Amino acid sequence: MRLRYLTLTAVAFFSAFPLYYSVVVASRHNSALAQVPPPLIPGGNFLANVSRVFDTVPFGLALVNSLIVAGSISIAVMFFSTLAGFAFAKLKFRGRNAMLVITVATMMVPAQLGIIPLYMLMVKLEWTGTNYALIVPALVNAFGVFFMTQYLSRALPTELLEAGRVDGCTTWGLFWHVVLPAARPAAAVLGMLTFMSAWNDYFWPLVVLNPDNPTVQVALSSLASGYVNDYVLGLAGTAVGTLPLVAVFVLFGKQIIGGIMQGAVKG
Amino acid sequence: MSTYPLAATRRRRRSVRHTLDLRVSPYAYVAPFFLLFCAFGLFPLVYTAWVSLHEWTLLSDTQEFVGLGNYSTLLADGYFWNATLNTLSIGVLSTVPQLLLAIWLAHLLNRRLRFQTLFRISLLLPNVTSVVAVVVIFSQLFGRDFGMINWVLSWFGAGAVDWAAGTATSHIALSVMIMWRWTGYNALIFLAAMQAVPRELYEAATLDGASNFRQLRSVTLPMIRPTIIFVVIVSTIGAMQIIAEPLLFGQSTGSGGGTFATGGPDRQFQTLALYVYEQAFAGSTFDFGYASAASWLMFLAVVIVSGVNFLITRRAKGGIV
Repeated sequence: MRLRYLTLTAVAFFSAFPLYYSVVVASRHNSALAQVPPPLIPGGNFLANVSRVFDTVPFGLALVNSLIVAGSISIAVMFFSTLAGFAFAKLKFRGRNAMLVITVATMMVPAQLGIIPLYMLMVKLEWTGTNYALIVPALVNAFGVFFMTQYLSRALPTELLEAGRVDGCTTWGLFWHVVLPAARPAAAVLGMLTFMSAWNDYFWPLVVLNPDNPTVQVALSSLASGYVNDYVLGLAGTAVGTLPLVAVFVLFGKQIIGGIMQGAVKG
Repeated sequence: MSTYPLAATRRRRRSVRHTLDLRVSPYAYVAPFFLLFCAFGLFPLVYTAWVSLHEWTLLSDTQEFVGLGNYSTLLADGYFWNATLNTLSIGVLSTVPQLLLAIWLAHLLNRRLRFQTLFRISLLLPNVTSVVAVVVIFSQLFGRDFGMINWVLSWFGAGAVDWAAGTATSHIALSVMIMWRWTGYNALIFLAAMQAVPRELYEAATLDGASNFRQLRSVTLPMIRPTIIFVVIVSTIGAMQIIAEPLLFGQSTGSGGGTFATGGPDRQFQTLALYVYEQAFAGSTFDFGYASAASWLMFLAVVIVSGVNFLITRRAKGGIV
């Protein structure tokens, strides 16, 4: 009994400590890194280090890019996933089950495999170096569709839709007036999950963007590689790029975790 | 048509529109997903196979068909096999302990527990952290001279380990990063499955005098087997594609700088995916044909390894542990 709490507390400590320690280092001077024992409480240099980050890489631009990309992806994913989820959960059409199975199966396709032709496609479209290359392929995904299908088939009473039909609603009217309001809690969770993964995406932006027009993660990686010995700089950038997301997660963690657990259980 | 009264025509038109709305609109609603998947998921996948049969670089406008030439060069390429072995080694080191730990943590969380939400949030915190942040932070912790991990190890009389330099030590360091980021996530997925197990089974097991561990082995694990299979497969696919961690670890530890080698100066932690990236984007040749061939062999490896894992997990009756 007591052992269980002890173990879980230890695991919680190990989960949080690296983040905490990165803030400690990020708020100190480089010389603190050579101290034995290492410092364990934050110093007073955080803002100075952060402003050095903005001087070294185009971090302001990176923040704006990441906000635009992650924001538009989340809104689009919320909308298109609810739309498709509505069709799969509540509408009857030929081939529905087969299409749903295909949707779930596409989650198994390793996206990395296609990265070379995807890049060639972006060159053809002249989207390399722009945010389009990040946004357009991510406008909707199988996970979102599956997630909203699961939610709507459970949470949206069919009687409500039938009542709407009797009142003369078209399918689109039903979606707009009945489904969207009912989907709001799940869509919000899906939106947050999508925002987080888009914000944290690294590899594809690295391939398709230029270093002078980066997202936050690409900017962070150039901080880490260009200034090999300046750990403080790298960690200060990491803190600025990570902590807002961590704060949101701590605030809405309960709902987000509920969403992950719900999406994970396969029917 | 013109002989119909006006009202009837209107009614009929409306009903046609109504039928159309019912029959056709569902396809329009699911279309965005399928269109995007075909354009940016399926097409690149198939096209990779076509590219892999050519001498195809970004530097030349002409592409020469070479059949399976790229594949035979690859199979004779020592770096390719090095990357394959590294991928398997890092994959096993990170996945196996991670999944065992995740099951155990889920088991601990699957009781009446105070601070339930707090524990869950702290478990998932690493997963919200981006891979770039993880590697930057852990490169500092794994530093040779002033890293905290070597400092802690020094209490036990261990010397200063140069984690990034060795094959085994760099694989361990990378596995720790991957485990740190994903254990909590998998624990929550196991927990979700465990909560669907009927309570009566545990009550009966308790009446039979089964110990806590015995209940986990004989009740919980068999009941959540579909989820275990699912998580094992997903983790395997993920592990076969590890790229960001070794790429960034090589950069932030300063190894590999100057040359085009990725994954350490001796490629001691270069994974398959990183090898593909090096051939296509990081080197000087932009050899898309060769990299595409490597991609397809990687896909083959993913299929084989996850297939084997699927069979092993399904066979392991009763207990996984």
